[in-house]
Amino acid sequence: MSTPPTEPEEAADTEMIASLSARLEAAAQARLGRSLAIRHVNTGSCNGCELELRALSNVFYDLERFGLRFVESPRQADVLLVTGPLTRNLKAALEQAWDATPDPKWVIAVGDCAVDGGVFKGSYAVLGGTGLSVPVDLTISGCPPQPNRILSGLRALLEANAA
Amino acid sequence: MARGRDYGAIMTDSAPTAGGTIGASPAETCKPWHRHDLTAADWAATARDAAAQSRVLLAHWADASRVYALFLDIDANAAVPISTAVEGGAYPALSPLLPAAALYERMIADLFGYRADGAIDPRPWLDHGTWPGAFPMAPRASPPRPDFDRFDPGEQDRHMVLSIGPVAGLIEEAAHLRLTLDGPAILGAEAVLGFTHKGTLGLMRGKSPRNAARFAARLSADSTVAHSIAFAAAAEAALDAAAPPRAQRLRVIMLETERIAVHLDNLAEIGRLAAARSVSTLCGRLRETLLRASQSAFGHRLMMDCVVPGGVGADIADGGAGALLRACADIAAGLTEIRRLHDGTALASRLGGLGVASGTVLAASGAGGVAGRAGGRAFDVRPAFMPAFSQMPPAVTIAAAGDAAARQAVRIGEIGESLRLIGGALDALPAGPVALPLPQTSGEAIACAESSRGDIWHWLRIDHGQIAAAFPRDPGWALWPLAESVLKTAMAEDAGMIRTSFALPASGMDL
Repeated sequence: MSTPPTEPEEAADTEMIASLSARLEAAAQARLGRSLAIRHVNTGSCNGCELELRALSNVFYDLERFGLRFVESPRQADVLLVTGPLTRNLKAALEQAWDATPDPKWVIAVGDCAVDGGVFKGSYAVLGGTGLSVPVDLTISGCPPQPNRILSGLRALLEANAA
Repeated sequence: MARGRDYGAIMTDSAPTAGGTIGASPAETCKPWHRHDLTAADWAATARDAAAQSRVLLAHWADASRVYALFLDIDANAAVPISTAVEGGAYPALSPLLPAAALYERMIADLFGYRADGAIDPRPWLDHGTWPGAFPMAPRASPPRPDFDRFDPGEQDRHMVLSIGPVAGLIEEAAHLRLTLDGPAILGAEAVLGFTHKGTLGLMRGKSPRNAARFAARLSADSTVAHSIAFAAAAEAALDAAAPPRAQRLRVIMLETERIAVHLDNLAEIGRLAAARSVSTLCGRLRETLLRASQSAFGHRLMMDCVVPGGVGADIADGGAGALLRACADIAAGLTEIRRLHDGTALASRLGGLGVASGTVLAASGAGGVAGRAGGRAFDVRPAFMPAFSQMPPAVTIAAAGDAAARQAVRIGEIGESLRLIGGALDALPAGPVALPLPQTSGEAIACAESSRGDIWHWLRIDHGQIAAAFPRDPGWALWPLAESVLKTAMAEDAGMIRTSFALPASGMDL
């Protein structure tokens, strides 16, 4: 049996490897690393913000084209998206969700109620905004905020994350 | 399941004197009906009569001195409000005869501290042991109650228990559902709500109807128009005022627009859960088209705060009618395709026979709306109780099977009927003002509206232009107990689909 005429192995150019992997890393960060998994946490919402969050998945907004998606568990999440005034009965649930979310993580307070308690400020049953319980990175006001406002907030976080 | 829990002698000093009403049952004015203020014995007797005559308990609530109940008398086409004074911090429970009263009794005990003597379930409901004080609606502050054991601790050893929520699913309202399982079959289902309790009754008290309307609008956002209309109509009736004809007609347009939007959202969600992508895409697109039309017609996608006591917040915008009619035409065109997709094998086989609610279980729950009509209960408050619909009565869609497929068929039928109503109302929009100021007088009234989930009732007592007491009855009070009994014969994997099929709400009944 004759040996195939393949050329003998030569050591790859280490300089070229270094330069290629640097370029790949930069491109991947910008092109592939732009994805956020969002866990929605309701802390007492009237369901208005939820209606607009659901609208984000319709064909007009289609948030998955930006690499944004809702997930079922805080353990899979990069972002906790909080809606509703922080009721006393849901404070523990929010804190458990925050503890269960791996670092690095972000918290977005969506809607006037999550920002500061909204119209429910001062009730015996309501503490106020999300920030009273967990650190908030971004707030999006509105009652409820329109889907395009929520979307631009999420995209801003995406850009900041990629930068 | 009811484990004894004695609240002790709570609030004995808050009970008023009976005021010589014993045996006389004087009729108070509770517009448009008379409220009979009964002795404790007559109150209990009324419950027995109601159970015997299958009258439906619509609502049960309290204020600083009394407990109230609202019954539906189907034969007389009337709502019958009754009340009795709370004496020694207690009143006779309705729940032994009318199980639908149980959740209301737990709510009344939590907010006011009144003990329902003989109640079938004395456990707390809204109070999760986190408030700064117990009985927040009572005249005197009490120290907070500790948290409590909701469930039988031994149950976990005997059966597998699946706990869902309050943070669960993708984007949902906060509620906790506890399923006891035998393999894949559900043996028991119990819901725990109250997580989103925001103290709405306390926030409404002492405000003018105009200022309190924003809380009515935020009880449940997908019924924001329905709750706002029932609240505004109650305030207007209590103060002997009426919204102008143009406002009445605009309210009809908003209510039917909301119904279509919520039904489309539900069709899209059921489609998503059943992996029927074409349904969820189509219904999601049509819903968005309608919300954009609402934005241009009324200035808000969900029409929140657009209905106010005395009329509507603003007239329909220039070009708004055209935008709504174009959206309605899109939906009408899509409806044929939606029907075809629901008759197809994928959805029909997934939804057929699932989550059956009919017969005596349905009747006892008092559930109306889609859940009631899909099971043959032809109750809709629009023709009988909403004067704005008297000139344009809706055709009520009814099905018999009571399963998830029947509920979707009713939803689709109602979309078609709402399209017709919107077209008719826009065609004949009377000229004139859209709001009138309300007088600063006193009065008591009950009014209702048919939301996408069923009948909503608001009771109000206004004292010199300020709300003295209020209670909004969301359809959730009837839907959750109904869903619990339906889930008890279901499979665990179907629980999410059944929950969505009933469109179970949380915020509206969490108050």
